[in-house]
Amino acid sequence: MALERTDVEKIAHLARLGLAEDELTATTATLNNILGLIDAMQAVDTTGIEPLAHPLEATQRLRADVVTETNQRDAYQTIAPAVEQGLFLVPKVIE
Amino acid sequence: MQWETVIGLEIHAQLATESKIFSASATTFGAEPNTQASLIDLGMPGTLPVLNAAAVEMAVKFGLAIDAELGRTNIFARKNYFYPDLPKGYQTSQMDDPIVGKGHLDITLEDGSVKRIGITRAHLEEDAGKSLHEDFHGMSGIDLNRAGTPLLEIVSEPDIRSAKEAVAYVKSIHALVRYLGICDGNMAEGSLRCDCNVSVRPKGQEAFGTRAEIKNVNSFRFIEKAINHEIQRQIELIEDGGKVVQETRLYDPNKDETRSMRGKEEANDYRYFPCPDLLPVVMEDSFIEGLRSQLPELPVQKCERFQSQYGLSTYDASVLSASREMADYYEAVVNVCDDAKLAANWVMVELGSLLNKEDLEIDQSPVSAEQLGGMIVRIKDNTISGKIAKMVFEAMAAGEGNADQIIEAKGLKQVTDSGAIEAMLDEVLAANAAQVEQYRASDEAKRGKMFGFFVGQAMKASKGKANPQQVNELLKKKLEG
Amino acid sequence: MPVHTLTLGQISTALANKEFSAEELTRDLLARIEQENPRTNAFITVTAEQALEQARAADARRAAGETGALLGAPIAHKDLFCTQGVRTSCGSKMLDNFIAPYNATVVEKLANAGCVSLGKTNMDEFAMGSSNASSYYGAAKNPWNLDCIPGGSSGGSAAAIAARMVPAATGTDTGGSIRQPAALCGLTGLKPTYGRVSRWGMVAYASSLDQGGPMARDAYDCALLLGAMAGFDSKDSTSVDQPVDDYLAALEQPLKGLKIGLPKEYFGAGLDSRIGAATQATVAELEKLGATVKEISLPNLQHAIAAYYVIAPAEASSNLSRFDGVRFGHRCDDPADLTDLYKRSRAEGFGAEVKRRIMVGTYALSAGYYDAYYIKAQQIRRLIKNDFLAAFQEVDVVMGPTTPNPAWALCAKGNDPVAEYLEDIYTITANLAGLPGLSMPAGFADGLPVGVQLLAPYFQEGRLLNIAHQYQQVTDWHRQAPTGF
Repeated sequence: MALERTDVEKIAHLARLGLAEDELTATTATLNNILGLIDAMQAVDTTGIEPLAHPLEATQRLRADVVTETNQRDAYQTIAPAVEQGLFLVPKVIE
Repeated sequence: MQWETVIGLEIHAQLATESKIFSASATTFGAEPNTQASLIDLGMPGTLPVLNAAAVEMAVKFGLAIDAELGRTNIFARKNYFYPDLPKGYQTSQMDDPIVGKGHLDITLEDGSVKRIGITRAHLEEDAGKSLHEDFHGMSGIDLNRAGTPLLEIVSEPDIRSAKEAVAYVKSIHALVRYLGICDGNMAEGSLRCDCNVSVRPKGQEAFGTRAEIKNVNSFRFIEKAINHEIQRQIELIEDGGKVVQETRLYDPNKDETRSMRGKEEANDYRYFPCPDLLPVVMEDSFIEGLRSQLPELPVQKCERFQSQYGLSTYDASVLSASREMADYYEAVVNVCDDAKLAANWVMVELGSLLNKEDLEIDQSPVSAEQLGGMIVRIKDNTISGKIAKMVFEAMAAGEGNADQIIEAKGLKQVTDSGAIEAMLDEVLAANAAQVEQYRASDEAKRGKMFGFFVGQAMKASKGKANPQQVNELLKKKLEG
Repeated sequence: MPVHTLTLGQISTALANKEFSAEELTRDLLARIEQENPRTNAFITVTAEQALEQARAADARRAAGETGALLGAPIAHKDLFCTQGVRTSCGSKMLDNFIAPYNATVVEKLANAGCVSLGKTNMDEFAMGSSNASSYYGAAKNPWNLDCIPGGSSGGSAAAIAARMVPAATGTDTGGSIRQPAALCGLTGLKPTYGRVSRWGMVAYASSLDQGGPMARDAYDCALLLGAMAGFDSKDSTSVDQPVDDYLAALEQPLKGLKIGLPKEYFGAGLDSRIGAATQATVAELEKLGATVKEISLPNLQHAIAAYYVIAPAEASSNLSRFDGVRFGHRCDDPADLTDLYKRSRAEGFGAEVKRRIMVGTYALSAGYYDAYYIKAQQIRRLIKNDFLAAFQEVDVVMGPTTPNPAWALCAKGNDPVAEYLEDIYTITANLAGLPGLSMPAGFADGLPVGVQLLAPYFQEGRLLNIAHQYQQVTDWHRQAPTGF
């Protein structure tokens, strides 16, 4: 399943990774190399094998519905790139 | 051509938990921006989710209430997309194995008939934050207080055939989640939001038409208007030779129209996969049965009981059981006055129109159930007539006290002393001697019509306080006399 | 003996005997770091002030009668454990300005035990790599040969210990990131069972594979550290609620009757013959200690790299979406619009390997490819786990080389990620199956250390430490120091 440049552009967009025009060719080649390695697994017969998402196959614990967090806004926002009136600022969100 | 509408709804109900679905932050509405956003809610590197037991319990209660299959092993998945109100770059939701599977809900339509609406599934997920568009030098502000609030997304089958049915369905879901105590139902605050999938097809055709999805409609009235508008738009489009495109649309209540969000929303590929930070939620029978035993009486059961216990019609019973608050109010009135039918009439007619006029919910009623019940007692024991009762009711609504206080203060007590009534009637007849002559000279048919005139005069003279039955009897005797 | 040559165990005894104070020890080691870090680049951040503060607190606790084995014990943290008030960079420009507002559970637990953290160690960016070459702060160097890589991704921790700047450090292991640098730097490193050590505050690479663990010179030190790191944490849903074994007590068990399985697939093509020979010599040594050896088969080993390089990037692609320039981390200058903010912040903040893995993962999860890649990889993951479950029916532990090759020269695999991926062949299976694995020094190849790996059933970290400790009682590979350090 070799990737074309347009596939790579699409993937980069989905992942919101800026990719310069001159990086595209090299990136496409490298990704195809990696996919070549990965594609080897297509030869494995996995009929009827249940996928394994978590190694231990444990089950989810539930937390009691109790509020223990307190307002730490000032501390948490000291590392934010742009803040005003307690809000994180981003370029205009168009609805 | 005759068109048929096909509607399916996705309702997002915010669950009424104290803390968020994956963090211990408060879910209180209206707090200062980002003061209820913990490390987890902010998507800080290294933070991890732990599932709130109450959210699971509430979802199960909903599933039990709609007689649904419950996912004994349900899985959380990540829905990946970038948006500033989505701090982790993915929404933790459920895809393949939702907590609530196929179920159904019976809704009562305006004509009193009952329709069963299929519910495809309901799954747990986290809410996003909010983008605020006040101008911060051309920037938007992001508030993540709402991020991580638990949502139950309830997906219906495309069983709904009109905007009115859609509203009835949403009202039933609204009532149900409030009965269950799992959602406050406050649509203005966004606690219950609705996405409407609407399509039309020529009547008789089996295949569905192409649907458009109207996002985030947040009131019963807007649901009806938005759907009706969309139906009209689609029919006109098709009849003009156009084609409906599958797309997301936004309802603008100010212009009463839906408009396309196309172009602003990209073709998304959400790349769902099981969330590796959360494990499968496994529910044992004992867990589910424990929750079943906690279920309150549900709207359908209450409606049936109102019919059998109080002898109400299906329609009356369905109106009075439509919300938990309404049903509780009604039963409190019955408890005081011990007259289920009078209570039903007063709650539905007089109280109903008062609330409607004042735009109030039943739990904001200016007349308490005790007051209304007390007034009905006074109707029943002949202290006041039904007509006077309306005056008393208005006075109660104006905050002038309970029925007995108002009757006393305004001297509205019904006159039942036949001597006093006779004396009053004598005066009335004397003052209308000519009419009396005329009456006596008339035949039976004409007399019947004229009798009403004398009753009216008599009631007017008594300021409405004379017992109408006694007035009738005594007046007849005197005129015939 | 200069303090920097002491192991954690020796330091613990010396502190208990009041041979020196924690503060004196910390000062000496900070001086050592100042001297040795420039040529090894093992530390990204040295936290001298906080370290001295912790040391004084430890001395005060000891003066007040406390006796914990780790009271005043110097360590370092891999720079993806969040440390409150201290930059936690993950070796990335993305987090170059990220002062973590909270502590990881591991950081908290070790601090409570009295450990003194000297700083944050270098690593492959976001733990993605086997060489340290992808660090934004430049690669850490292998003290055994400064032209060579120390391994990765916990290469900074390995280099810091090997260069005798700190006796022990934390690492994380997603596909071998503790065991491989331990092997390449002549150290002992343990990746615990998935769920044994809390992941809270450990910046995620691949959530279902990541596991924190100890790195040190010998098994004793690893046991000491693991005992304090491990344990249930209600903040991590995947943390396992099971008592922590007494790892120190486990060390002394005799090895008589121990059944070791040697997977034939571990000794095939691609294995450096010197490492093969070192592994066989280790087997012979363990046999002398009473162990029996049996050849076994892990038939799906050959598919492990493919499955791993789907699962890990898939999870990473999602885990790293939070780095969007909005709430923390790098943000590009003057974004034109929202998409520009995302694309430029991420393009500038992430290095090439991180971007590659995000793209591979994004692709593997995308519509139309999910079944062929992600589901397929998860199925193979089960096959690999089943291979181990079957093997552990026959043997107590599985043993083999940790890496196919010794440390390579820094630029050797620069433009070929696939060549570097192939180096993970022996280590990634433990992550896919969630099993505990340990690497211990087992010899040298042309002056570069060689490691042998032991894998055990779930939660048998104690058994692994026991075998390594017994082996280290009769060998001295772990006592060798690189020339010049």
